[in-house]
Amino acid sequence: MKPVISFRNVTKSYPLYGSFTSGIKNFLFHLPTAIKEARCGQFQALSDISFDIHSGETVGFIGSNGAGKSSILSLIAGVIQPTTGEIEVNGRVSPLLELGAGFHFELTGRDNILLNGVLLGLTKAQVLAKMDQIIDYSEIGQFIDQPIRSYSSGMLARLGFSVVAHLEPEILLLDEMLAVGDASFQKKCLRKMMEFREDNVTMVFVSHSMDDVLRICTRVLWIKDHAIFLDGSPGEVVSAYLSQNS
Amino acid sequence: MRQDLRYFFDLVVVLTAKEIKVRYKNSMLGYLWSIALPLCFACVFYISFKVVMRIQMENYALFLICGLFPWQWFSNSVNSSAMILLGNSSIIKKVKFPRATVCMAMVLNDGVHFLLSIPVIALFLYLHGFHPSWTWAYGLPMLFVIQFLFTYGIVLMIASINLFFRDMERLVSVLITLLFYFTPIIYSETMIPPSYQPLIALNPLASLTIAWRHLFLDGHMLVTHVSISLAWAVLLFSLGTWTFRRLSPRFAEVL
Repeated sequence: MKPVISFRNVTKSYPLYGSFTSGIKNFLFHLPTAIKEARCGQFQALSDISFDIHSGETVGFIGSNGAGKSSILSLIAGVIQPTTGEIEVNGRVSPLLELGAGFHFELTGRDNILLNGVLLGLTKAQVLAKMDQIIDYSEIGQFIDQPIRSYSSGMLARLGFSVVAHLEPEILLLDEMLAVGDASFQKKCLRKMMEFREDNVTMVFVSHSMDDVLRICTRVLWIKDHAIFLDGSPGEVVSAYLSQNS
Repeated sequence: MRQDLRYFFDLVVVLTAKEIKVRYKNSMLGYLWSIALPLCFACVFYISFKVVMRIQMENYALFLICGLFPWQWFSNSVNSSAMILLGNSSIIKKVKFPRATVCMAMVLNDGVHFLLSIPVIALFLYLHGFHPSWTWAYGLPMLFVIQFLFTYGIVLMIASINLFFRDMERLVSVLITLLFYFTPIIYSETMIPPSYQPLIALNPLASLTIAWRHLFLDGHMLVTHVSISLAWAVLLFSLGTWTFRRLSPRFAEVL
């Protein structure tokens, strides 16, 4: 079967923005180092990574900070391009946004659902058709017609998750999403993700919470030093990861 | 393809509606502000040039208003263009959507505010004994589209270049002040000394301003000026789209 996400020898390097972007004054004062930096200042976030993710898999990426996990998510979402290598993604990608991203704080919850839904790739009619379901699911109740600057962070998280949960995602990208919200909301998220798993939605999950990774994922990739260090079942990879870090 | 177009249209509509809703959300006078500012400038220029410096022109107040309202649309959009992508960085870094729609929504928002100020222009014309002419029926939409393409092209260029060259923001605020005084808004094109006349052609905004003013004041669509501004609009729009396309793959990296 054709993989949903396929990385072939993907390398991603970022230019280092040093003295040049910090202004012409700095550039002139530190001319020799600045020129050197401009010529070879490259930071490699991912080096020569290859993997396939198949339909219905829930893949967790673990690893220490700065290992390159978020770059993988951005590459899958298509917001950045690989330096070399090829990436193929088949299906609509829905990223779960960080708290409040893509929201406008002066608008009501209802307006924001429309805004967020459209930004995430649905047409207006599609969002409006699901509006009531989304509002119900978010449990925001009467506050839905209030500007969201009055919302608590838990309410924002619920609103954001409700939109994504009703997008009918094909590929869902989750970056540390379970960290916010109270216990009952987290339970609800987990339940929804289990539903997604049954519906064969492909999920890519980046987290530092090994409990969540063990609970949700069907496969885990450990990213270390910008490359894949270990790829296998959650139990196996997580215990190796934990034993190395203890 | 049709689905894509439908989606693009929806995105622009929703984003523009958002901008319009948000702009005057917390101010009491709301929409009146978009009229108050050009009128206030008109007062200032009227006092300096008519009362103090005694410019030889009939209906100078009306003359100012007809130039200042279109200018307001242009300068508002261009002034916010440097920060528009930075202000939306959280979404641009995460979601792949046609990013140019953010810029388009901003220009349309200012455009809608300009449209809403046309009744005010008409009112001033009426008070001075002028009447809206039938040419407005096709003249207004035509010039609206031309100014939209014109402004949108410039906004796309500034917005994308500013991410890589942040001095753009400062540069724009200087250039826009210069452009204001080099455009026949507070003086008429006929007052420019003959030896400087050819320079008008070098200012992309001059013809458009002249075209707007003649449409408002005497109901004429000046063929030469409309064609020149259309040519500039098409050029700037293409240049803007091209620049934006070239730079947008790297937006998420530099934000």
